[in-house]
Amino acid sequence: MSRRQSYDGVVVTAPFSTPYQRYSTQTAHYWLARALKGTLDAAGLRKDGIDGLSVASFTLFPDSPVGLSQHLGVTLRWLDSIPMGGASGVVALRRAARAVQAGDAEIVACLAGDTNHIDSFRKLLSSFSRFAMDAAYPYGYGGPNSMFALLTDRYMQEYGATREDFGRIAVAQRDNALRNPNALMKKPLSLEDYLEARPISDPIALFDCVMPCAGAEAFLVMSEEEAVKRGLPFARVAGTIERHNAFPDDPIQLRGGWAVDVEDLWSMAGMKPADMDLVQTYDDYPVISMMQFEDLGFCGKGEAPAFLRDRDLTVTGDLPHNTSGGQLSAGQAGAAGGFLGMVEALRQVTRNAGPTQVADAKHALVSGFGMINYDRGLCSGAAILTGESA
Amino acid sequence: MTDPLARPPKKNPQKVQTVPVLPPAFRSRAAMGLTAAAAEGRFKLQHCAECGAVQYPPRDACVSCLGLELLWKDTDPVGELIADTVVHTSPNLYFRRQAPWRCGTVRLNAGPSIFCHVHGDCLKGSDVRLLSRLDRAGQGVLIAIPKETTPNMADDPELRELGADPKHRRVLITDGRQPGAPALAKALLDAGAMTVFVGEGETWRPYPERSALEKMDGVHLMPLDLTDTSSVVELAGEIGGKVDILINNARFMRPGGVLARGDTAFARDEMEVNYLGLMRLAQAFGPGMKARGADGINNAAAWVNILSINAIANDPAYGSFNASQAAALSLAQSLRAELRPGGVKVMTVFCGPTDDDWYQDVPPPKLLPGAVARSVVQGLRDGVEDVWCGDVAKDYAERWRQDPRVLERELAGDMG
Repeated sequence: MSRRQSYDGVVVTAPFSTPYQRYSTQTAHYWLARALKGTLDAAGLRKDGIDGLSVASFTLFPDSPVGLSQHLGVTLRWLDSIPMGGASGVVALRRAARAVQAGDAEIVACLAGDTNHIDSFRKLLSSFSRFAMDAAYPYGYGGPNSMFALLTDRYMQEYGATREDFGRIAVAQRDNALRNPNALMKKPLSLEDYLEARPISDPIALFDCVMPCAGAEAFLVMSEEEAVKRGLPFARVAGTIERHNAFPDDPIQLRGGWAVDVEDLWSMAGMKPADMDLVQTYDDYPVISMMQFEDLGFCGKGEAPAFLRDRDLTVTGDLPHNTSGGQLSAGQAGAAGGFLGMVEALRQVTRNAGPTQVADAKHALVSGFGMINYDRGLCSGAAILTGESA
Repeated sequence: MTDPLARPPKKNPQKVQTVPVLPPAFRSRAAMGLTAAAAEGRFKLQHCAECGAVQYPPRDACVSCLGLELLWKDTDPVGELIADTVVHTSPNLYFRRQAPWRCGTVRLNAGPSIFCHVHGDCLKGSDVRLLSRLDRAGQGVLIAIPKETTPNMADDPELRELGADPKHRRVLITDGRQPGAPALAKALLDAGAMTVFVGEGETWRPYPERSALEKMDGVHLMPLDLTDTSSVVELAGEIGGKVDILINNARFMRPGGVLARGDTAFARDEMEVNYLGLMRLAQAFGPGMKARGADGINNAAAWVNILSINAIANDPAYGSFNASQAAALSLAQSLRAELRPGGVKVMTVFCGPTDDDWYQDVPPPKLLPGAVARSVVQGLRDGVEDVWCGDVAKDYAERWRQDPRVLERELAGDMG
């Protein structure tokens, strides 16, 4: 069984999200600066109040987080770079929490953000990874859409999922997004709209895909003592897991690394899936959300379509899911997509979510998934956040 | 079932010409192994020398045992198509134009799962065969085709895009006087070529091949003298816009190496035809072909040079001629790189001794014209860069791969 140590004494606080923009003339530096300012303001800190920084961004080039430290004028004794896309939120949290717990840093600001110029997405794709360059792009150049189309196709063959099953996830998230003033998508989405949307890479159509945009997300990790001293609402980290390149011999991805570590996650937290008041999955495509419900123990493998059919995934439903609209409806601001669920969950369990607030939210599961290096997502992670009053 | 490819309509000169754009061309050095194999039409994957694991995508270390010696070896190309998709939209201009484009995941019997192009006749859940092909960018790619032949299989738009099939294309054969010219013209017409232009120099001088060529429907004899720049330019002015495949079969040869000849007269003639002739052709026809690389069904697709296998290793019995073949091969490499932006392939057909007067001293096996013609057509269909025509050429190529220096000594064997 797990020999993982607890995260006692460490908390997460000061969630901040910038509004998202479809296209921006600004740089990643601008968006990350905005997010840092936002999270510091939320905590009543000046920038010399932090001594640790964790950064996830795809568009900082030619800078790394080292360059960013000089750019933003922060002096640090702990600096981390998280190149893990959709898993960056969970991974940033785990590392920052251990750093604070071990006394390597007092207060760590975790940032994720990217800009989106007119041509950014195309450029990002063209230099994403060596395997993608060698073995994915030359074949139709559909980007991640094609890869997820293939595993959606396989998932449908294997488990009998239908387009309607995926559509219900997207439709519920749009409902949630309509409550979130920062979400890019402002129009309601019906199941019919979903089913009739323009095909992108069969069986994936327009509303299975996220909208690339510019924006940033941030939160702070500090000791509980520090948070209490500053009067900040916070969440505790009940359990986390992380896994990379799990199940490399699976001929096509139908499960992620969560399935390896799920028992550790729940036993560490002393909780079970039914205890969660809300779930934030990484929703780059609806099929991936289904995989997370399965691999994180909400239902058995291949059962997510049936499991979700009987549930209401909206903010007021019996299983609130991706309450800010998720990436499908709020937008995918590059690496910030890996923070979206984390920051929203933090708002939820600290009862700061405003219009998307789930009543009595105490426990939230946040899951991350990232980096389509070739034919599958390699990074996975999950964390359970618990509100202070819990 | 694949719909048969319709004969293309006459080109509308008022329409804007479609500019050639290419699929993504960048590859890691390891991945170039796939391209090298595709250039010969062979399906090879990386095999670990230590543990034998077969892996894909190409790596710099064995994914199974971290062994560093990775060999590109012929591999069982059969596997199951386990998932597929049709890409409708792409940020890449080439695939945007080609859409919808079918791709899929094939789980090879040899182990790895491979994301690849998928022929329209492949059935999901069925066995398919992977082919290595060069795409329009000149890079190696993999395409799944049905295990058994299907009607009009070659007309599948993805497969056609990866080759230079003569069907519905217009061809120029540069030298009608070569003994193999009629067989070549016939093979191309049989393969569905719309038109075969055949060049002839010194038209006043009769030659036996002419009557055979004249009789063929679809053959047009055109004056062409490769030693005369203005003749080449003139023909390019006339038909340059409708040559989709250019086959340079011209050859001037005399026996002898360096010391057997008292002067440079024949050497000059050899270079004039075999090397400078190719350059004149390339300068006159190359730019137009490069610009017409995306011109619909009968776009410019390939440039073929028919050379002696001794272009790669000299046989001193024909030492001076072979030097001109080496020069032509080197120039063809340059031409290949220069035509690549247009998506036009450059193919070399390496021939062993041909069964004609100039190789009368050489013992068999010797190449008959029909064999060369079949090799050219097959090479075009497969879109390869190197065709080893006949047993002698295949044998030399194998020995050359093993050790060029040893082959040089072997070829010089009877020189004392």
